[in-house]
Amino acid sequence: MWEQQVAFWILAVAMTAAAFGVVRSRNIVHAALFLVAVLAGAAALYILLAAEFVAWVQVLIYIGAVVVLFLFGIMLTRAPMGGDAHLDNDQRWGAVVVGLFVLGVLIALLVDAFGGKKIHFTNALVSLGRTSHVGQDIFRVFVVPFEVVSMLLLAALVGAVVLARKD
Amino acid sequence: MQLNEFLILSAVLFCTGIYGVLARRNGVLVLMSIELMLNAVNINLVAFAAFTKNVAGQVFALFIITIAAAEVGVGLAIVLLIFRNLHSPDLDEVDQLKG
Repeated sequence: MWEQQVAFWILAVAMTAAAFGVVRSRNIVHAALFLVAVLAGAAALYILLAAEFVAWVQVLIYIGAVVVLFLFGIMLTRAPMGGDAHLDNDQRWGAVVVGLFVLGVLIALLVDAFGGKKIHFTNALVSLGRTSHVGQDIFRVFVVPFEVVSMLLLAALVGAVVLARKD
Repeated sequence: MQLNEFLILSAVLFCTGIYGVLARRNGVLVLMSIELMLNAVNINLVAFAAFTKNVAGQVFALFIITIAAAEVGVGLAIVLLIFRNLHSPDLDEVDQLKG
């Protein structure tokens, strides 16, 4: 049990530090690389929770596709890559207040609602995350949302092409 | 392990994302902060799937990953259009509707 605890805390500290890097970095490419660290940490957390299929989808889609898309966005908008101070606006302290307020409310709520609840790592949990299990659930219980989401993805792709096309 | 450890880590990531959305000026960085928030929600869903021993949470997380990919595609196209029309990726410049 303590191995999972140690792994969790290492991941938690690394992910929090990288998340602060995403929102505080003065270099936009560094921010994208910090985002990769957060996404990889989330994938490791999914492995820790025995959700192997979600973890590999996270690696393929997020780290593989979304981050590359971000890097293309950075290059196409000719963002200052050499480090620049004009990435933030002047409402930083207001943003700190809002963020801390939401964090305080969420933590009070979570401790009140789920304090003391434990996740039990059993064989049932390991078989839950198996790819065959997840696939059966997608194509039996969630088949209509699955088809809807594929239509949405198509619509978003067509919309992105239409928006970005030069006339 | 405590369920709350995962939920509070996810709350911290979510609030970092809120800070980023509010404090960043560059459109691409705002989209990155939105990705942070979506990831925080995914960690919650997978933690609850492990807590309730129900695979539905993992399926929801997969759907959110798909929607996030679609959202980044459209969002970056919009940022590209803003850059093309205003010659700057800064969202502060988008104030044409201001009276």
